[in-house]
Amino acid sequence: MRKFLLAILVDNKPGVLTHVAGLISRRAFNIESINAGYTEEEAVTRINIVVSVDSERELEQVKHQLSKLIDVVKIVNLTEVDNITRELVLIKVRAKVEDRADLINIVNIFRAKIVDVSKENVVIELTGEESKINAICEVLSDYEILEVARTGAIALSRGPVPVKQMEEN
Amino acid sequence: MSFFGYPGGVVLPLYDEIYKMKFPHILVRHEQGAALAADGYARATGEVGVCLSTSGPGCTNLVTGIATAYMDSIPLVCFTGQVATSVIGKDSFQEADICGITTPITKHNYLVKKPQDLLRTIKEAFFIARTGRPGPVVVDIATDVFRAEMDFDYPEDVHLKGYSGLFSGEEKAIDAVMDALSKAERPLAFIGGGVTLADEADDLRVVLKKLGIPVCSTLMGLGCVEPDTESYLGMAGMHGSYAANMAIMGCDLLLGIGVRFDDRVTGIVKEFAPEAKIVHFDIDAAELNKNVRVDVPVLGDLNWSLPIFAKKLAAKGEDFPAKFAAWREKITAMHKEHPFSYQKRDGFIMPQQLIETVRHLMDDDTIFVTDVGQHQMWAAQFCNVSRPRHFLTSGGLGTMGYGLPAAIGAKIGQPDKKVVLFTGDGSIMMNCQELATASDYGVDVKIVVVHNHLLGMVAQWQRMFYNRHYSESKLNGKTDLVKLAEAMGVAGVRIEKPEEMETKLAEALSRKGTTLIDVMVPEDADVLPMVPGGKRLDDMILEKEAAK
Repeated sequence: MRKFLLAILVDNKPGVLTHVAGLISRRAFNIESINAGYTEEEAVTRINIVVSVDSERELEQVKHQLSKLIDVVKIVNLTEVDNITRELVLIKVRAKVEDRADLINIVNIFRAKIVDVSKENVVIELTGEESKINAICEVLSDYEILEVARTGAIALSRGPVPVKQMEEN
Repeated sequence: MSFFGYPGGVVLPLYDEIYKMKFPHILVRHEQGAALAADGYARATGEVGVCLSTSGPGCTNLVTGIATAYMDSIPLVCFTGQVATSVIGKDSFQEADICGITTPITKHNYLVKKPQDLLRTIKEAFFIARTGRPGPVVVDIATDVFRAEMDFDYPEDVHLKGYSGLFSGEEKAIDAVMDALSKAERPLAFIGGGVTLADEADDLRVVLKKLGIPVCSTLMGLGCVEPDTESYLGMAGMHGSYAANMAIMGCDLLLGIGVRFDDRVTGIVKEFAPEAKIVHFDIDAAELNKNVRVDVPVLGDLNWSLPIFAKKLAAKGEDFPAKFAAWREKITAMHKEHPFSYQKRDGFIMPQQLIETVRHLMDDDTIFVTDVGQHQMWAAQFCNVSRPRHFLTSGGLGTMGYGLPAAIGAKIGQPDKKVVLFTGDGSIMMNCQELATASDYGVDVKIVVVHNHLLGMVAQWQRMFYNRHYSESKLNGKTDLVKLAEAMGVAGVRIEKPEEMETKLAEALSRKGTTLIDVMVPEDADVLPMVPGGKRLDDMILEKEAAK
């Protein structure tokens, strides 16, 4: 299985997320993550999905089927171009007094941040590539992780050209 | 122009306007009938079919019809009423999220909550339904929108960022086809419903003449090639002709034109056309390489590609018909040796014989409609339709109950043509309430029931693969279809003996007015040849073997 990050520009209209998500489920495509948000243009929403596929042919199917949706303006496979990919995670960890120093150490090593603290816990925020986020989760598993919230990946290409001006690939 | 609908709570304001305007509307007896009638109308005319229902159960009853149209790429616009904007999402009376429900079975759908969005949405809906690869579009309208007053300012143009409706491709793709043809020794044309949808049968016939290669069709492509064309092999696939399937397995170049390589036509897909390079002409990029690997894709509207292909063939010096003569003659001879066939039986009307007889009694401009099951396949094998848009059948979804409403829609769309429906005693009951619609509006369709007291196709599979366990497939009921027809104001005729085909059948088909002709046939007839599920196309059960 290989993973690809697709940036999908869609019309910012009611129902568009249903159309995209519904298509993925109907065609039995495997997705790792999906997220959506506003963009520099009011009328356009950007949906970032990470698909995992067995073959080039399956990836083509995903792109062609998504392209057929009327709301979809453009799809670019950012994995195929030079890119910056980031994901954000919030992790709530039980922080006993004796563990606190260790946790702060871990946070510093990962260049993460502690964004909330109480007598019993801390909330750690980390931005990075998927592998880095997996790594901190792995290290923290020695402590009691109470809750994890991850955004899924978003990406931009390097250089000045935005997705809306790129060739579909 | 007509549309098909059924009133109800939230669409009452709209129906009041229909009343005041005397807008042409056909009242069906079940919303599924409205969607399927609109589908039949669209297939027969090439225009967009339109239906209308109320919210909740009204729109959920459309769903089977919408899915039928979606699978066969039929342009429909389905208007549905929705509960008032203020109560959407509150599980209000007769509320259903029809946009959510129909997302997987529509080309696009809309929920209109503001009056100012209505006209633009309607314009877009028709544009999306009929352009590109056609398909159904649902427009769900909150009831308060119907009550709003505004100026009628219908937009002239459509502006959609992600959809132009134009599908021209790159000419070099067709050069690659020419190149493949020059290298080929055993090419085969394999044509499908895309040719009908694009109304490209004329260009296709020119291309085929220039090529002189054997040609077979999918169920949806029937009528695009004249059946008396020398190298025409009829339908391919699960119940396709021997020669069509053998040609697919033996060809070294397969020209797929407006087909989607459905599993009913490929047999086991990995071993479809194993020796061939595959050329695929299609409007939809997602169809290329979806089911079979394609070596030479020609992406674009057939309205664009087939005329260019024809021109390039005309310009090229090579005499393809001479080049491919030996292969063509071999396959044509094979088809002569193994045509679609059946055994006649003394004292009985064989279903295939019935279809042949009806076909001979009707002119070439008759539109034949089928339901789904054995009779559908026999009609595909023996009806020999010679014009596109003259064989209407639910191919992809295989919707029992399709036939009667679709035949009504076809007749309303093409009032000057005769319309004959082949149905079964199973299928007819799935939408028999539409007999009332046909009789109320005087829609002159001839309904031929191939009556075998069985769910024939189910029983055939049970006979062949389930130890003759006829589990729930026998229709031993005492339903009198002639009386049923008469109860709804439709003339009914029953035919039981072969000799009645020359007399009673001929009379019934030529009489004026809606007529149901209930024809008794034996219950043990099989649709053959047959490629069992999961087998290669050359692994066929043939008529001759089955007779032993």
